Amino acid sequence: MIKVEKLNKYFGDNRAVNDVTFEINKPEMIGIIGRSGAGKSTLLRIMNRLTNASSGSIFIEGRDILSLTKKDKRAWQKNCAMIFQQFNLVPRLDVLTNVILGRSNIQGTIRSSLKLFTKDERIDALMALDKLGMAETALQRAETLSGGQQQRVAICRAMMQQPKMILADEPIASLDPLNARLVMESLRNIHREKKITILANLHTLDTAKNYCDRIIGMRLGEIVFDDVPSSLKDDVAREIYGAEAEEAFEPTVTSTSLGDEKFAEAG
Amino acid sequence: MQSSLPENLIKIENNLKSLTRTRSIYSFLSIAALIAVIYSGLIVAETGNATSIWVGLPKFFDYPIDLFVGSWEYGYRWNLLLLEYLPDLISTINMALFSTAIGTLLAFFLSIFSSRNLIKSKTTVLIFRRIMDICRSFPELVIALVLLYLLGKSALPAVIAIIIHTAGALGKLFSEAIENVEKNPIEGLESCGASWFTRIRFGVVTQALPLFLTYTILRFEINIRASTILGFVGAGGIGEQLYTNIQWKYEADTIAIMFLLVSTIIALDYLSSYWRKSLIGLKS
Repeated sequence: MIKVEKLNKYFGDNRAVNDVTFEINKPEMIGIIGRSGAGKSTLLRIMNRLTNASSGSIFIEGRDILSLTKKDKRAWQKNCAMIFQQFNLVPRLDVLTNVILGRSNIQGTIRSSLKLFTKDERIDALMALDKLGMAETALQRAETLSGGQQQRVAICRAMMQQPKMILADEPIASLDPLNARLVMESLRNIHREKKITILANLHTLDTAKNYCDRIIGMRLGEIVFDDVPSSLKDDVAREIYGAEAEEAFEPTVTSTSLGDEKFAEAG
Repeated sequence: MQSSLPENLIKIENNLKSLTRTRSIYSFLSIAALIAVIYSGLIVAETGNATSIWVGLPKFFDYPIDLFVGSWEYGYRWNLLLLEYLPDLISTINMALFSTAIGTLLAFFLSIFSSRNLIKSKTTVLIFRRIMDICRSFPELVIALVLLYLLGKSALPAVIAIIIHTAGALGKLFSEAIENVEKNPIEGLESCGASWFTRIRFGVVTQALPLFLTYTILRFEINIRASTILGFVGAGGIGEQLYTNIQWKYEADTIAIMFLLVSTIIALDYLSSYWRKSLIGLKS
């Protein structure tokens, strides 16, 4: 289904992504772990075509998406939604418009520029917002929301794209523990309900182990681990994280490590 | 205190000290140089002038006093003069409004193509920046004088001159505003597959609009003054009336026209701060 082959990205002499090869054969929830600067973000940005790769190819259903240009490239970006650490909403637009803009690729330039949205689009957007408990903020400006709320709006925008896969670049790194849990759970639900692949860069080990079916570990741009979470031993993880191991292992960084039952008891 | 610092920090501390000392010496030297330049400039001006500045200074207020005395003698009908010159004021404002509108559109177009965060081609950015430089390097008066010679006396040369200057001056400010917008929202839209135009429409314009508006209103204010001045050289409007009345020494009329101009500028100032506040959401 998805085949990444010998992907490389250089920034000057620095190899941000080094000969990365992996395959995704069924809809999976994959966590990519590694220390800062390991090339996780660059990998996702290349997959979404926000950044160009130096060499290599990514085959999606037999087609190399790295060779797409202009309209075809944007059509691919529509199919491959992306969620960012800093949410990347338009701050001065209301939440509903932000969400509907997820469809801007299908709407075409003129229709979306003039905000000539159809009733169906508004209904879809409201339903997506309602699912994440954000419907009542629909007419607020995005900048007035808290980080966790903005990230949920960003997820709604991603869902509006009706994507075939979702890339999440450190989706919970700037959120508090409760919101981090909400966001990770919505992602997992989306993965289960829509049966689509989700690739998420996660800084902490706990989150990756709790929510993902598969973990890819990156170090200095290379893939050094690729297996189910249960086979990731502590010493391997320590090696992946290097100097940042203490921080990444620290369970208090995200309370997702509390697990569902314990959290319910606490609440 | 210092003795307790580790050795490398002491080094940094000493470096900071010597840097501060150098900075103070340089500031002192530059202030001294500035005073010397100003003083020598005064001496040069003093020897170059036909009459000494100290002789001319007391006469500086003669004309303004004449203006007020003349208006006082004109009597209570003075306020009717305001009505008499209102149509001229409106025609000047019209000139300014029209040329600001067209100039702003051109400026927006130019600014997009000269913003490094929107245009990848460095050559395009360079070319459009040079176009803006050329547009704003000629004062309105110079362009207007040339065009008045070519097209004859009318408002058109003034309008064209103001449009050209506005496009260049606003374009530069607009492109600076564009280059300062946050790139995250633009990236967010790009990741959805939004077209280049949609990215600019929502990612850039929404962020830069308050600044665009402030700059445009400020430019409108400047353009009212510019179209007044261009009236002096034959573009019509209230500037031409002001020029004529000053020439003929009609003090009451001159004061009335000045009053109209000043109140227009003040009104615009209030209006612009009101618009800006409501746009950035302080008032809703």
